[in-house]
Amino acid sequence: MTSNRTMTSRASIFTRLGDYGYFAIGGAIFIALLFAFVFIQGGYLLTVMQLAMIYGLFCVGLNFFMGYTGQASFGQNAFAAIGGYGTAILCVEYGFEPVVALVASMAIAGVISVIVGYPTLRLRGHYLAMATFALGLITYDLSVQWTSLTQGYMGYSGIPPLGIGPFTVEDERWKLVCLMVILLFGLWVSGRLRNSRFGRALRAISTSEQGAAALGIRISQYKLAAFVIAALYASAAGSLFAHVVGFISPEVFGLQMVVVTFTMLYVGGIGTVLGPAIGAVIASLLPQILRSSGRFQDIAYASILLLLLIYVPKGLSALSGIGRSRPVRSSTSDADQARPLVSDGRVGSDCDMPAPQARTGS
Amino acid sequence: MTADSHPVPALIEVNGLSASYGHVAALKPIDLHVEEGEFVTVLGPNGAGKTTLLRAMSRLIASNGKVTFKGQDISTLPTHHLAKLGIIMVQEGRGLFGEMTVRENLLLGAYGLGSSSDEVERRFAQVFKLFPNLRARAGQVAASMSGGEQQMLAVGRALMAGPKLLMLDEPSLGLAPKVAAGILNTLGELNRNGLGILLVEQKAPLALKLARRVYVLSSGSVRAELPAHDIKSHHDLARFYFH
Repeated sequence: MTSNRTMTSRASIFTRLGDYGYFAIGGAIFIALLFAFVFIQGGYLLTVMQLAMIYGLFCVGLNFFMGYTGQASFGQNAFAAIGGYGTAILCVEYGFEPVVALVASMAIAGVISVIVGYPTLRLRGHYLAMATFALGLITYDLSVQWTSLTQGYMGYSGIPPLGIGPFTVEDERWKLVCLMVILLFGLWVSGRLRNSRFGRALRAISTSEQGAAALGIRISQYKLAAFVIAALYASAAGSLFAHVVGFISPEVFGLQMVVVTFTMLYVGGIGTVLGPAIGAVIASLLPQILRSSGRFQDIAYASILLLLLIYVPKGLSALSGIGRSRPVRSSTSDADQARPLVSDGRVGSDCDMPAPQARTGS
Repeated sequence: MTADSHPVPALIEVNGLSASYGHVAALKPIDLHVEEGEFVTVLGPNGAGKTTLLRAMSRLIASNGKVTFKGQDISTLPTHHLAKLGIIMVQEGRGLFGEMTVRENLLLGAYGLGSSSDEVERRFAQVFKLFPNLRARAGQVAASMSGGEQQMLAVGRALMAGPKLLMLDEPSLGLAPKVAAGILNTLGELNRNGLGILLVEQKAPLALKLARRVYVLSSGSVRAELPAHDIKSHHDLARFYFH
């Protein structure tokens, strides 16, 4: 009897593990070991992982707008700059507590995102991408030219480390722990919102704006909300960069940031909860791993990215579905299977596109 | 027929509704109405303007003309507002969110209810009673279901919104005859319970069995408005199509 119960319990554990997918479990173990290694090893790898956490937070926010809502933004670096410079100026010039400065910078970024987003989000597709790109360029130019505020190319130094009152986080290992906790909190919020009424509305807009509107969803309002959330995350990431590194300059929040974060988002898995964080870690570590290839480092990096995009187009987080027990496709009716799927995720239209894999959101 | 001729305002009434794609007039000024609890079918060949009619009524495309709902002018209201009034459309091709689960699709149907969980659960129970298959597949991604189940989900999602008028664009398209008949019979059952239905359909025999009145549409114009039982055969329809 006891033996039967034990066997049933073991079977149930394996069934549950199967629900998550063995690849996902393997991935989680790999990430845990990776962090343990970096934590023990210390040195430059710690800095790389700290930046990965910061970029990860930025990407989690960008994922709200680009992944969940399906809009294009090439200008989210503008809000990271607002966060970075906001916290630097408030701390250095006005003696604000780092945490208060971070929150105040987020509030400023939030207000500016509403003001900018309201007219900009009337645009769609390439036009929206160009408009947001211009927003990033304007912010970059301001950070270079407005020297009385930003100190231009000289950059802003002497930014205090993160902390509250007498407690400051100056040890590099503790900085990484703090950033990990903040990223995990960001992921938790993202996961909760994704599966809420709000998140479902965003994902509906991503699939079909007209279909979403027909169900009573106010498209413009939700797009703006996603844009503001992305701006808040970006601002927090910008502020954290300033506090962790202690120095910022216009280049930190330049075009490079846009390219890097896009890579992270797509490598990890756009539209999924964990994808942005996975992409940030992988895209940050890859150049370090490839360092030994010397002058071929960039070629090797680009080749690996290309291969990932070709063979894992839904991002590394989609691999978590491998080995997962999936529901079997219904076969209750045979002749009616003819309706194909559409590439944008809607089902049953007249387009003869191949069926996309379901986005799992893990 | 105009709004003035109804002692009680029609559920929905369309006067002189027209729409075009660029310079091509897809819908010439059309008059149409559906009474409370009535089942009306719009029949017509491919390219007759049936889908354009529903899209114009739902404000999914720009149009001219007047649309009133229970006497209220809704001609200028945005699409999302129509759903709040109870005008729900099941689009051609079902318009499901394929990467979401059945449950998520249904919850999106009940979007207008906010977070009123009791009412949402009550509507879930109603939908699952009508379509028991959906209960078993609640956690399944919509895109992975069969066409018939997808259509059940599309209708179920519309019902989650608590519609007063349900507009359906060719729900039988691409379905096996038996499955299509099942879906249309369910619509008949909903209508007997008082739901107003405007059905756009090409499968005339099925649709005619359920409808009280029929509009025959051809080349963007209404060719005829008549009781459903007046159409006895395909020849009758063809006569209107090529009128």
